[in-house]
Amino acid sequence: MYHRVIERLRRALPAGAVLSSTEELKPYECDALTLFRQTPLAVALPADEAQVAAVLRLCHEASVPVIARGAGTGLSGGATPRPDAVLLSLARLNRIIGIDPLGRTARVQPGVRNLAISEAAAPHGLYYAPDPSSQIACTIGGNVAENSGGVHCLKYGLTVHNLLALRVITIDGEVLEVGSAAPDAPGYDLLALLTGSEGLLGVVTEVTVRLIPRPECARVVLAAFDELAKAGRAVADVIAAGITPAGLEMMDRPAIAAVEPFVQAGYPLDAEAILLCESDGTAQEVEEEILRIETVMRRAGATECRISRDEAERLRFWAGRKAAFPAMGAISPDYYCMDGSIPRRRLAAVLQAIRAMEGKYGLRCTNVFHAGDGNLHPLILFDSNVADEVARAEAFGGEILELCVREGGSITGEHGVGVEKINQMCVQFGSGELETFHAVKRAFDDRGLLNPGKAVPTLHRCAEFGRLHVHGGRLPHPELPRF
Amino acid sequence: MIDLQSLQERIRAAAGDRRPLCIRAGGSKDFYGGPRAGELLDVSGLSGISDYEPTELVITARAGTRLTDIERVLAERDQMLAFEPPRFDGRATLGGAVAAGLSGPRRAYCGALRDFVLGVEMVDGRGELLRFGGKVIKNVAGFDVSRLMAGSLGTLGLIAQVTLKTVPRPRAECTLRFEADQPRALEAMTLWATRPLPLSATAWHDDLLHVRLSGAEAAVRAARESLGGEIVSGSEEYWQSVREQRLQFLMAADELWRICLPARCPKLPIEGRTLIEWGGSLRWLPGRQDGNSLRALASRRGGHAMLYRASVKPPEGSFAPLPAAMLALHQRLKAVFDPHRIFNRGRLHPDL
Repeated sequence: MYHRVIERLRRALPAGAVLSSTEELKPYECDALTLFRQTPLAVALPADEAQVAAVLRLCHEASVPVIARGAGTGLSGGATPRPDAVLLSLARLNRIIGIDPLGRTARVQPGVRNLAISEAAAPHGLYYAPDPSSQIACTIGGNVAENSGGVHCLKYGLTVHNLLALRVITIDGEVLEVGSAAPDAPGYDLLALLTGSEGLLGVVTEVTVRLIPRPECARVVLAAFDELAKAGRAVADVIAAGITPAGLEMMDRPAIAAVEPFVQAGYPLDAEAILLCESDGTAQEVEEEILRIETVMRRAGATECRISRDEAERLRFWAGRKAAFPAMGAISPDYYCMDGSIPRRRLAAVLQAIRAMEGKYGLRCTNVFHAGDGNLHPLILFDSNVADEVARAEAFGGEILELCVREGGSITGEHGVGVEKINQMCVQFGSGELETFHAVKRAFDDRGLLNPGKAVPTLHRCAEFGRLHVHGGRLPHPELPRF
Repeated sequence: MIDLQSLQERIRAAAGDRRPLCIRAGGSKDFYGGPRAGELLDVSGLSGISDYEPTELVITARAGTRLTDIERVLAERDQMLAFEPPRFDGRATLGGAVAAGLSGPRRAYCGALRDFVLGVEMVDGRGELLRFGGKVIKNVAGFDVSRLMAGSLGTLGLIAQVTLKTVPRPRAECTLRFEADQPRALEAMTLWATRPLPLSATAWHDDLLHVRLSGAEAAVRAARESLGGEIVSGSEEYWQSVREQRLQFLMAADELWRICLPARCPKLPIEGRTLIEWGGSLRWLPGRQDGNSLRALASRRGGHAMLYRASVKPPEGSFAPLPAAMLALHQRLKAVFDPHRIFNRGRLHPDL
């Protein structure tokens, strides 16, 4: 049967648009969650919407699952293949259809890179605000699927806040126009429902995004603290002072120590934590806000405050934060990036609890995160070549996520659930909500062919996870690699 | 104060008998959407702010809480609801505001109501209490059902409690007035929106364009100097009347049409007075219109028209029609949440 599907795909698509040999499939066996590898049945590379619809119709008829993939930069395994599924790459739908500078919109195909939109809009003084750290590589289609965030969410919102319309192909090949360039499209807000749906409801073939005027200037305050708790309080104080910073990031001592030799950002090595707080807008506005930020930081007990004097210094202050992930690679063979979110006022308490877990699991954890919106990215350092470190890292991560839920937060702030956090979904949601998610999925895809097994766990899986969890914190299917 | 459990029991009973229910609190939007049908399910007793932490920029309140009460509490901490929902003489409640999904003047520059919804607790058509989203700004676990509730007009379930993101009140605000005919006003609003100006509202009618600037003092001052125009003092009341559609020429009409368009859409070929907001993307048209031709015109321009208020509700519904595949999907989603079709039947669409 599978052989016949590949044959039919070849007939439906142009030459070279269907990959099925072992060597050809190799690059597609994982996304950025690299320890989770599977070989897909085949890879389809359609070049336009009609070809996408043809692939979906064909798979629907044959009851073969379909997994959509953008650039494969996702960290939660949303695009992890399955041996029985066609991997639908949207990479060839990479055209910017049009920029409307006066309407402040861009119409793009899903395979366009996030940063390419801002580059195309730049001559008009406009840009696309959401900036996930992978923005040079990740595509807008993947951003829609994951509702991606970035450093500037607090002020400019997530992907969902910056979309106007989508063209979506359903599993039976039908085109849906969702949202519109005009506000308040009639009917249910399907644009919100589809954004962040991790490829379970439909395949996006066109995205209309909102562009915003590029601020005249930006400056950043680097504040150092001798206690984590003080830095945590400073974050709350900035918000309480009525300031909405363009970005507000925190790094703890181990993270500072790891990145400083790597980029020489000039971070104080004796600090327990540093905050980077950016202000953007007109020159006068930024000047006013930066002074207020500095005052708040000093009152909260900052031992040192530096304000970027020029663009080069601003970029240098940010360089350390941006290099945090690669820097971890230099000090540890592997790291596992978590993505929980919590109420900001619980920052210090959660960081201290994570510190305590390091002893329990015998692994180090560094913290770099979007403090302004309570989105943690603990990086658990481990070595996959050492027996049981993978399992310990995973259990460590699981406990952090469950702590986030207990503190009133979420298991994922911006990376998505994918395959990675599917067990923790059972902690965040009850059976009623999970059943509703499954029913929503069936309303779009009654045979469950789009990205099956991702994002929403079955109740059976939760029961199994719960039971195993009670028996000593071991996870089900220990034979499966989980990263 | 009524307890949620008794509401859940009534919903279960109604579902058992397939009896339609009409969810209502303040009744301020009885005029909006399709006709009310079914037995009254009064949620106005389900009220009160359950959690407000100013440093989190988050507030949680029960559905029957009046917006004016929420806004008063926020103002004490120098915060506000950025989307400026209409309060309709103070009767509007949080649940109703989310169900209707209506936003006010600031919407074009700061975001719509749905952009500020973080979490919803709701009772579905089986009487089950469900919680979606949460109290944190970033949360991508599970499908975004809480935002789906915004604008669903109660057809998917009873909204019991909502968590919203709040924003700090701007430190400075200033309203400017310009004399301009419609084409010039549209052009100005379009051009200004492409510049990094602290715009927070625009409104044009009767050859006068009002522009509100909000933000840091320095930014507002600089923008004021750059834009020119005449400074309007005491503009608060003016923006309230825009927010509540209380301008005299809108109130006097027996029908009021609401047309949403891409912002840069030029003047529509329609005679008569009109109020334009949101930089050109919202246009209010008082008086009787040929609904079909107005809807077709809006659709040709990439937008949609709805009958916002009318003395007689049209049988085809108030909103722009949905294409067949879209309607079928809406019906399937309705069945997910409300399998016996008991909630607010016909309010959003005759077939939902």
